Amino acid sequence: MVEEVARTIDGDIIINVGPQHPATHGVLHLVITLNGETIKKVDPHLGYIHRSIEKMCESLSYRQFIYVTSRMDYLSAHINNHGCVLCVEKGMQIEVPARAQVIRVLMDELTRIASHELWWGAMAMDLGAFTPFFHAFRERETINDIMEETCGARLTMNYFVPGGVMLELHPNFQKRVKDFITLFKSKVDEYDELVTGNIIFQNRMKNVGVLSKEDAVSYGCTGPTARGSGVNCDIRKLYPYEVYDKVEFDEIIETAGDSFARYMVRIREMHQSIRIIEQLIDNIPEGDFQAKTKAVLKLPKGEFYSRVETARGEFGVYIVSEGGTTPYRIKFRSPGFSNLSALDHMARGGKLGDLVAMMGTLDLVIPDIDR
Amino acid sequence: MNIEELKIKIAELLPSATFEDGEWLTINIEPKDWPSFAQQLRYDEQLKFDFLFCLTCIDWKTHLTMVYHLTSTTFRHNIVLKAKLDRTNPEIETVSNIWKTAIFHEREVYEMFGVNFINHPDLRLLILPDGWEGKNPMRKDFEDPINMIRL
Repeated sequence: MVEEVARTIDGDIIINVGPQHPATHGVLHLVITLNGETIKKVDPHLGYIHRSIEKMCESLSYRQFIYVTSRMDYLSAHINNHGCVLCVEKGMQIEVPARAQVIRVLMDELTRIASHELWWGAMAMDLGAFTPFFHAFRERETINDIMEETCGARLTMNYFVPGGVMLELHPNFQKRVKDFITLFKSKVDEYDELVTGNIIFQNRMKNVGVLSKEDAVSYGCTGPTARGSGVNCDIRKLYPYEVYDKVEFDEIIETAGDSFARYMVRIREMHQSIRIIEQLIDNIPEGDFQAKTKAVLKLPKGEFYSRVETARGEFGVYIVSEGGTTPYRIKFRSPGFSNLSALDHMARGGKLGDLVAMMGTLDLVIPDIDR
Repeated sequence: MNIEELKIKIAELLPSATFEDGEWLTINIEPKDWPSFAQQLRYDEQLKFDFLFCLTCIDWKTHLTMVYHLTSTTFRHNIVLKAKLDRTNPEIETVSNIWKTAIFHEREVYEMFGVNFINHPDLRLLILPDGWEGKNPMRKDFEDPINMIRL
């Protein structure tokens, strides 16, 4: 028996991709309207892992709510925590010791590399190549080990606290990071040989999912998604926090706006992260790793906003305080949510097979979108 | 432009606006002024606020406040806009025709706070499952007997 296919009035076919689909990297549900193989509309249905983290945070103290944010963008756990502690520190006017600042930046950049590694492996797998996944995980594993030693966790790390970091660095930290840099540099050229230079990959990514500069800004895209379209949006450069204004690195900009441009931004960003780590790893200042803070934090009445650059883009934390021990309202501006909203615009007129390449280069993490 | 220059410029454009102190210039506006004022903010040659980086709502138990964070990718200045809405029948004009990111963010505010965005092209539930229309989980008086987590 042939099942009836859902069609629109114009005779276009409606299909569901997800919620359980390998290419969506989580439980994302796309309702796609197709004319033959050409996409006419992509309608994302979100919320399959919505936990209402913002509401939850309203009943958590300023120390507790930070831990929840690791579960949003779990690949940028440290950087999410960073956004939150910066916001609390801004409200409390806490001075962070120089040592803690450097440790934070080191952790952020290691996280960024780990996140981009996973993206690279998973995206290559989406496009049909299985081997790159193992290459990416070989290096990523080293970062996970470094994290495990110092923070005690491999994925949802909680290491940043208001005023600094939670614990002193593990004695092996510097050595292992240096080992990782050597390993990464010896292997990173393989990435280009395996994927970047491959003509099949290039054909599948070039001129696919083109997003113009104006649209990228209008849709609120940030991070590598927007930088692939030529938008200057690196928060580390525009609104430097911690020691980002003292280290040398380049903001990677590509102008083509297609999937390949977004791919190249992330590949080149990994090299910049290595550059930052190299400058800081031998120059971690001595001193306290945490400023002295009160046991119970109370933010003064007012509104505080902080922004950091995660692996996916601009992460904003907006705290409205009534002067109590818990936030009155908290809003997380997650990069994935805005980046996803551009998918419909990108995909229209493209082919169904190319949708995987577009989603792959948007680097979607679904808990980050649903929150 | 710095905060003082922005203040003068915006007072010219919208005399009824009131200002608040803060990290960025905070402007209180009337919901009825919002559509035309938003157009001016976006297209004025000296302002060019083309990036709406945060759109949210706050429930103050007596009223709702819509909060818009804007930045300009050309001049790099930021402002915050606030509009006070009635709690029983909150309505404000959409800005999704000016900043397309508002399409998603306004849908989120619609389901979480019940704000009705006039002329929004596609105002329906985004995150919540079907059947949640009219129940707004982010409001302070929301009660869910089954799934409510109290900490």
